[in-house]
Amino acid sequence: MIEVKHISKSFGDTQILFDISAQFNPGQVNLIIGASGQGKSVLTKCIVGLHEVDEGKVIYDDRVFSEMGRNDRKLIRQEIGMLFQGSALFDSLTVLENVMFPLKMFTKMSKQERKERAQFCLERVGIVGKDDLLPAETSGGMQKRIGIARAISMNPKYLFCDEPNSGLDPKTSILIDNLIKEITYEYNMTTIVITHDMNSVMEIGDHIIFINQGRKWWEGNNKEIIRTDNKEVVDFVYASTFMKNLRSKLVNN
Amino acid sequence: MNLFEHIGKYFMMLKFVFSKPEKGSVFWERFFTEAQNIVINSIPLIGFLSFFMGGVISLQTASNMSSPLLPEYTIGYITRQSTILEFSPTIISLIIAGKVGSNIASEIGTMRVTEQIDALEIMGVNSIGFLMLPKILATTLFFPFAIILSMLLSLIGGWLAGITSNLYSTKTYIVGLRAFWNVDQHHLYYALGKTMVFAFLITSIACYYGYNVKGGALEVGKASTNSVVAASVTILLANYILTQLVLI
Repeated sequence: MIEVKHISKSFGDTQILFDISAQFNPGQVNLIIGASGQGKSVLTKCIVGLHEVDEGKVIYDDRVFSEMGRNDRKLIRQEIGMLFQGSALFDSLTVLENVMFPLKMFTKMSKQERKERAQFCLERVGIVGKDDLLPAETSGGMQKRIGIARAISMNPKYLFCDEPNSGLDPKTSILIDNLIKEITYEYNMTTIVITHDMNSVMEIGDHIIFINQGRKWWEGNNKEIIRTDNKEVVDFVYASTFMKNLRSKLVNN
Repeated sequence: MNLFEHIGKYFMMLKFVFSKPEKGSVFWERFFTEAQNIVINSIPLIGFLSFFMGGVISLQTASNMSSPLLPEYTIGYITRQSTILEFSPTIISLIIAGKVGSNIASEIGTMRVTEQIDALEIMGVNSIGFLMLPKILATTLFFPFAIILSMLLSLIGGWLAGITSNLYSTKTYIVGLRAFWNVDQHHLYYALGKTMVFAFLITSIACYYGYNVKGGALEVGKASTNSVVAASVTILLANYILTQLVLI
């Protein structure tokens, strides 16, 4: 479980996050949603320690991450897997080497064991026979899946996904969403996904936090978000006229 | 950011560069890969430049020696001294700052903007040490060997240019190369010492600019250019200071 307590964060004179508290439970997909520039990415970067919080605490299973030194954080970071928006695969390494990388850095596995584990993870995300390709030789959807394979290679307890559907077609997006959901349930991970994608919100949002103007504006799940009358959430989720009409039909039914 | 902030951030970065690597075997693998990529792959360029520059130094020295009072072996002597004191360590370092410095800044800068550095950090890897230490150490330790090769090729270039132009004989040139060597041989150690300093500056400055890129492709390009400018200026300043300290 990951908890954030009263987090605030500023860059210079500009305050980005205002007193955000939330709890992200294991075995469910936690979504952080909100319009661009509202502080979702900053919140996630504060949670994983890429930004330091000005106030508040980040707690990983009773371990206060935000107050730890670099070396103590390393141990928790080895329990974290992260899928980046642009996949962030290492250009100079092949697909297999990318997935083997965390194992090579932090385990005492033999080369053969690392290879077997990496191939297992790649198969789990549906990538077969692409071991020797470079990331640039694979499609966007494949890169996301390779990114997930790398993220799960160390059996993480916590999985972060930064806009996993950006740049993907709707069909591939759903595949990636389902993969994240399956892996979360299968390994009982605490998964946090930042997304703009409304399909994701409806499909995999076990727990949703809506961030607006740097504040936690709304919290619920994918069933509650359909019926909420919070104006900002409605404006965000049902941005188009078509979606607004759809919502009114849903609510009326 | 002003100059002093850059200098402060640079030294703070160095603290992380020299922290213990996460895994020794990975470090050594990267160390030798970087030695190959940065130093060994630069040898053809260094060789080509050195050979022709040596030739030009000796030809220009010969063409400017109109006084009959100057012995002919002076050409070999001046070629040797110019090569060892300045041409090989300083000029080659400036050229390498352009080739290698821009390459390193672009590589690390691209890793920054494509979140590969964030990925390393999230995994628990000290990204500064992981990316920079092998590059800095490999260049600092292996670059002097490339400079020794540069010196040899420059002297060979000077010899070939002279004898093919019938300006001096092989014997005279060799007498010039050996002249006052017992007095001047510390120049070689000085040259190799400053080469190590320059190598450290080239790689660490390029790493600094690459690592601190913010933005996209445009900023990566700017970082690459800035790293070459900063490294070149710093090499010249360091060269002046080292010369004052060691030779004067």
